[in-house]
Amino acid sequence: MTSQKKNTFKVCIVGSGPAGFYTAQQLIKARQDVEVDIYERLPVPFGLVRFGVAPDHPEVKNVINTFTQTARQSRCSFYGNVDVGTDVSVEELRQAYHAVVLSYGAEGNRTMGVPGEDLAGVHAAKDFVGWYNGLPSCRQLRPDLSSETAVILGQGNVALDVARVLLSPLDILKMTDITQPALEALAESQVRRVLIVGRRGPVQVACTVKEVREMVNLPNARPEMVGADFEGVAEALKDLPRPRKRLTELMLKTALEVPGEKEQQRRSEASHAWGFRFFRSPVEILADPERSRTAGIRLAVNRLEGSGEGARAVLTGEVEDVTCGLVISSIGYKSLPIDPSLPFDSRKAIVLNNMGRVQRAAGLYCSGWLKTGPTGVIATTMNNSFDTARSLVEDMDLGTLDVSVVKPGSQSVAALLEKRGVKPVTFSDWEKIDRVELSRGEAVGKPREKLSVTDHNGHRQEMAL
Amino acid sequence: MAAAAVRSSMGLTLRLSRALPDCSNCPFHRSNGCVSGVSNLQRRGSFDSFRTINRHLQTSKETLTVPLLFVFKGLYHGEEGRSNAEDPDDVVNVVYVDRSGQRIPVKAKVGDNVMYLAQRHGIELEGSCEASLACSTCHVYVNSSHFDKLAEPDEREDDMLDMAPMLQENSRLGCQIILKPELEGIELTLPKVTRNFYVDGHVPKPH
Repeated sequence: MTSQKKNTFKVCIVGSGPAGFYTAQQLIKARQDVEVDIYERLPVPFGLVRFGVAPDHPEVKNVINTFTQTARQSRCSFYGNVDVGTDVSVEELRQAYHAVVLSYGAEGNRTMGVPGEDLAGVHAAKDFVGWYNGLPSCRQLRPDLSSETAVILGQGNVALDVARVLLSPLDILKMTDITQPALEALAESQVRRVLIVGRRGPVQVACTVKEVREMVNLPNARPEMVGADFEGVAEALKDLPRPRKRLTELMLKTALEVPGEKEQQRRSEASHAWGFRFFRSPVEILADPERSRTAGIRLAVNRLEGSGEGARAVLTGEVEDVTCGLVISSIGYKSLPIDPSLPFDSRKAIVLNNMGRVQRAAGLYCSGWLKTGPTGVIATTMNNSFDTARSLVEDMDLGTLDVSVVKPGSQSVAALLEKRGVKPVTFSDWEKIDRVELSRGEAVGKPREKLSVTDHNGHRQEMAL
Repeated sequence: MAAAAVRSSMGLTLRLSRALPDCSNCPFHRSNGCVSGVSNLQRRGSFDSFRTINRHLQTSKETLTVPLLFVFKGLYHGEEGRSNAEDPDDVVNVVYVDRSGQRIPVKAKVGDNVMYLAQRHGIELEGSCEASLACSTCHVYVNSSHFDKLAEPDEREDDMLDMAPMLQENSRLGCQIILKPELEGIELTLPKVTRNFYVDGHVPKPH
């Protein structure tokens, strides 16, 4: 039997990815009188760590152990399968808790806004990544892998993840936690050549050196770059900060240097190819008129005005058509306003805030991509979330958040959910799913075999295991 | 008998070289009797945890040279951290400077991993990828007199350092620093917190 602790700060966090968990971690550590409830739309936690990080980057997913430690704290509770905005409103959460932290990330994507974007054969990178990572809403994607060339728009790390999954030997992929359906589809793939296209030049790419190195070292794949794209880049090297310099040096070397004999032979024997294409913007996806599928992409040729981060792509008027059957647009994720009452900047797609405190909304906070925009790795999100937690703790310490008002917390939310026929998934429910996935994976030499978990109706099936 | 000795020496190696975190010193563990996911990982013995152990052994070149020495010493001292007897040759005094500038002296041992050592002493150094060179959350600055005593960073460490905010000439990843006698007196400074003051949510790009 638990007695209502008058002096407990009840905090609710919406979203159980890195932002949600890192915010929770810091709040629990900072004050003994804080209780945190994490609500998650899917039946399973961890957000993009589970559904975004590439299957061949398992070390990045080690952070799940840190989050698991947090979830198992007595002052932290997880409620999966609860869709905030649909099953319960942000306003109802604000009534039930002293503070609400919105950490639900970016579930939408930026669109290219060109004709043909809706053709079969065109996918947002977020959906393609969701497909090979087992995100429930992307299970039915069925990407067409029957053509020789795939074109990826965007040159960030997500674009390189997609390229790597399209080109990696099956022997490597089959030892990862990539889903079985995706593995089977890739086994039949006819894709042999992947172009990674960006509007600007080599010095402006958004990807990082580790991922480029992985492309260069990809077995059975050779780099094919356009030397002319690198004009002037060697001269610009000396003024670049270290991270940009090391990355640009690697690209220059890959594009221009003649490799040693052994590497030359490896490249000539490789059956797959990849390359960056610079100074190109999508203008139109071209259809095969008989089948209304993607047959190619029309690209506008740009030139650069200015240099460095601020360089702008300017149209030259020239266009170029590239034959391809698969187009993946990897130009950025985008947050969505799950509640019309939130002060939302639709241009930047973030909730307006100062150091994590949502503007004009006492007791409402945000962390992660929803706070600063959808870029950055786990470390970035960690710092961002720690910053929000600091603001919350300040507000608790200063009395801006008034703990003398007793809040019902999960008790009242649970009552609402029950009335609405929503059955939350607890963390120990997730741990059952986790154990099943691990043992199914072990049977086939993979770290885990992800269950195709669906929400609401679907999840009851899984619980019977 | 021999097999058991090898298994137990493996265990000693992993604990003494800090390739696996020692949960008994985790702040969560101390305050709430946490049953940690990581110690669960060690117990499961699944394919995944075995590969994780192997990766940990591979992440630091220096850890590989520790085993023989510590199998021998381990016979005298038992599990690290439990014995009161201290071999003075083993001790390495380090100083952490935390994010608020507070100096925290720590009496450590040869073979300690700087990142896990910090965590055991409640110093707020995260290690999200668990010492596998897949993140930059254990980023520290090393004082100039000791910086050159460290082995050159692996290309993979440099790749991850490139992602760290406020990178400096004396930046290293804490999980790649294994204490040796020559590092006596080393000072490890945690990068300061930058509050995000921009009203519109703008975050300045790290260099």
